[in-house]
Amino acid sequence: MAGYNEAFRDIPGTTVFDATQSRLGYHLNQFCMSLMKAENRAAFKADERAYLETFPMTPEQRQAVLDRDYNRMIALGGNIYFLAKIGATDGFSFQNLASKMTGMPEDEYKAMMVAGGRPIRGNRSKSDKDS
Amino acid sequence: MARITAGLTTSHIPAVGAAIDLGRTGEPYWRPVFAGYEFSKRWIAGHMPDVVVLVYNDHASAFSLEMIPTFAIGCAESFAPADEGWGPRPVPVVRGHPELAWHIAQSTILDEFDMTIVNRMDVDHGLTVPLSLLFGQPAAWPCKVIPLAVNVVQYPPPTGNRCWNLGRAIRRAVESFDQDLDVMVWGTGGMSHQLQGPRAGLINREFDTRFLDGLTKDPEALARVPHVEYVREAGSEGIELVMWLIMRGALAPDAREVCRFYHVPASNTAVGHVILENPR
Repeated sequence: MAGYNEAFRDIPGTTVFDATQSRLGYHLNQFCMSLMKAENRAAFKADERAYLETFPMTPEQRQAVLDRDYNRMIALGGNIYFLAKIGATDGFSFQNLASKMTGMPEDEYKAMMVAGGRPIRGNRSKSDKDS
Repeated sequence: MARITAGLTTSHIPAVGAAIDLGRTGEPYWRPVFAGYEFSKRWIAGHMPDVVVLVYNDHASAFSLEMIPTFAIGCAESFAPADEGWGPRPVPVVRGHPELAWHIAQSTILDEFDMTIVNRMDVDHGLTVPLSLLFGQPAAWPCKVIPLAVNVVQYPPPTGNRCWNLGRAIRRAVESFDQDLDVMVWGTGGMSHQLQGPRAGLINREFDTRFLDGLTKDPEALARVPHVEYVREAGSEGIELVMWLIMRGALAPDAREVCRFYHVPASNTAVGHVILENPR
């Protein structure tokens, strides 16, 4: 088991939802979980700040939600399957969220996928960028 | 006695479910995806199982971070489609097979797999999209379904080897069930895809092809692939492929591939689908 968690850190642009992230993000993710109920989605939409105050999240986590900054939410312990519920509440497709996280316009991201997706070459390793 | 007749694997992309539900399967973007399942829909109509053991992962629908079972088997009479944030999919309620599910739970636990027994569980796209792909849009699903949810969200998920061995234990369980039933095991999720962060959109056709080849011919080698290799080569959500090894472990060593389909993309994902038949 030694080195299990460390081994993932060499993979570029990727956050593995391990114990550390899960502890950091527990309340952020549980907030997302609450959006599975229609009445909670309505309450969140009516007053986002007030709704977020009802969860014991950090101010940084609340701000990241308000900003819809998904990469920041992931850095603060969010897990994408939980965060996707914010996107669904906003009425966006998952592909829209994915394009936001990559910093590409949605049509460009979509074209990349149709052309076969992001290539693996050059995206395997931070330490060996040519692999 | 019950027997495992066949297994299949398929991706379970939510956008595929949405395309079916919204009547968009004939659109140019979606047509090639659904064309890849035409043979399979005919095949399964001629090989209708009594029960499908459907291996999938819950996507923060039934299980939040409050409880995270590694392997959870649905023993209820029925399972409702989950509201994943945009209302439940308009698909039939899933009918379980409590007697066989409890038998599999008992048999695998005594076989030293610590299964979580679940009597109430809504099922999300991970389970219902494969049913839609194979059965279309019937008023009721044509067979019983035993949901087997695997944690691949919180690290660490089970190893590939653990999944492979659980599949073998499921085979022993089914073959010791004293009813005349045809049972299929489906493994879902995959193939290469990454849904998070700056590397989102990753696809690795070479990895996927090797995985599809190995699944039939050399699954024991695939069972030794470590988690980091899935994440590096197949993207963070490519880890779902460990679930396919449960299906493979439940099939005979000399099971035969009768169908293979691979297509990029469906939304953010490489679609992979195979059917394996057990020798009669």
